[in-house]
Amino acid sequence: MRIEEHPIISFKRGKIVSFFFNGQEYKGYEGETIAAALHAAGVKVLSRSHKLKRPRGFFCAIGNCSSCLMKVNGVYNVRTCVTPLQEGDVVEMQEGRGEILAQN
Amino acid sequence: MKSLRKTELAVIGGGPAGLSSAITAMRQGAEVTLIDRDPVLGGQLIKQTHMFFGSKDQFASIRGIDIPSELIKALEEGPGKVKVELGTTVIGYYDDGVILMEKDNRATTLLPQRIIVATGAAEKMLPFPGNDLPGVYGAGAVQTLMNVYGIKPGKRVLMVGAGNIGLIVSYQLLQAGVEVVAIIEAAPHIGGYLVHASKVRRAGVPIYTSCSIKEAFGRESVEGAVICRLDENWQPLPGTEKTLELDVICLAVGLSPLTELLWQAGCKHKYVPELGGYVPVRNEKMQTSIPYIYVAGDAAGVEEASSAMIEGKLAGLFAAASLGYDHDLESLAATYRKELEELRSGEAGSKIRQGLAKLIGGVSVAS
Ligand SMILES: Cc1cc2nc3c(=O)[nH]c(=O)nc-3n(C[C@H](O)[C@H](O)[C@H](O)COP(=O)(O)OP(=O)(O)OC[C@H]3O[C@@H](n4cnc5c(N)ncnc54)[C@H](O)[C@@H]3O)c2cc1C
Ligand code: FES
Repeated sequence: MRIEEHPIISFKRGKIVSFFFNGQEYKGYEGETIAAALHAAGVKVLSRSHKLKRPRGFFCAIGNCSSCLMKVNGVYNVRTCVTPLQEGDVVEMQEGRGEILAQN
Repeated sequence: MKSLRKTELAVIGGGPAGLSSAITAMRQGAEVTLIDRDPVLGGQLIKQTHMFFGSKDQFASIRGIDIPSELIKALEEGPGKVKVELGTTVIGYYDDGVILMEKDNRATTLLPQRIIVATGAAEKMLPFPGNDLPGVYGAGAVQTLMNVYGIKPGKRVLMVGAGNIGLIVSYQLLQAGVEVVAIIEAAPHIGGYLVHASKVRRAGVPIYTSCSIKEAFGRESVEGAVICRLDENWQPLPGTEKTLELDVICLAVGLSPLTELLWQAGCKHKYVPELGGYVPVRNEKMQTSIPYIYVAGDAAGVEEASSAMIEGKLAGLFAAASLGYDHDLESLAATYRKELEELRSGEAGSKIRQGLAKLIGGVSVAS
């Protein structure tokens, strides 16, 4: 799903890094957001709603709407649409509200 | 205890409005801190790959993405120095005028004598069953994904809204090699400029007016949508439903000002649909009902980058003047006001003029 050729923009991508989503290894570019890297890898469902467990993806991509909250490196409720991807990130789908006190 | 950090003027938001505010106030002699939550300056402009509409003084016919670098150059040229704090979100405002900021999971505070809020706008949501499915994105999100990160949002897109943003993003999707199945618009007319509409039509994308989305469906993400025609009272016409197979629904149904900080500070607001919903009440100096807080750009009423820049200049000018840096105040203010007037003249500016008449006409603001 990456755009390789574009009439106007030439994309300056960072170096390739590995990260984990639900235990599986993925690759993305350093500096792009976690949500963008997941989307490029075909992952659209980032979390499940509190009550009905409906799938949730990102919506605004600028940190306004909280539709993209995930567990990242042990921390819940990270807005993955504005959090840059880093080598070795451990990203997990979040179900419900997440635990605030369990953060490390 | 560590002493409180102070600044003369804090500008919150580094889009076209905030950048122009900071440059103007700095040139007048004020000491300015410019804060943005993004890692780069430029706001919405960093994803606008199209040639801009707007007047010649305001960068028309240069691409949106090329504007920030010119503003940043002016910011760095001086004569004064502007302290720029990036990756920093302003999350709160206290009664004593202190603002609370978050950077890298740490909280810091700042005590400004004046504040300009230039936080821009947020996309509106549309109510329909299935609107919470992954694959329903705001137009800004689609642009960010495509134009900043070079990632396709999906394979087949339904664009909801035929205003300028819907039309432009549709064209940008085509440029990225993504199919746009249709553009639908609830109003009986296309809201955006006809040049943009013709461009997408020529590329083979149909635009349906008096047409809306009834529902989105799919198991884990969007697999399709049902659209239908609307009657003259904007009610769905039974029997006109059409099912489309697609994986992205892009909402371009308008923006509303991002004004949480102003609400928190207790600034008066007024509901003016022409300006995007609730907007802060302000006077011609861009001063809100709290005298040391100013506002500029989309946060003051959703419009466009060109007007955001001039509003930013006005806010910067008057905020600096209230701090005592007031040389050439009258002549500069007259120049900027004239620029704004020209920009808002004519057919395209009529909605904004109506909105502003409701907002400023007759409303008195504390001074
Ligand atoms: C698809 C599209 C096409 C467009 N085409 C044109 C065009 O051709 N011509 C034109 O004139 N205009 C165009 N516009 C409109 C233009 O982009 C906006 O009107 C303009 O960017 C508004 O400027 P602003 O500075 O008010 O807000 P923004 O550009 O939105 O900037 C706001 C900034 O504030 C920051 N911010 C928000 N909240 C906080 C906080 N709490 N703490 C710290 N920082 C914060 C944000 O990160 C952002 O950088 C277009 C818009 C879109 C979406
Ligand atoms: S998608 Fe809206 S906050 Fe991340």
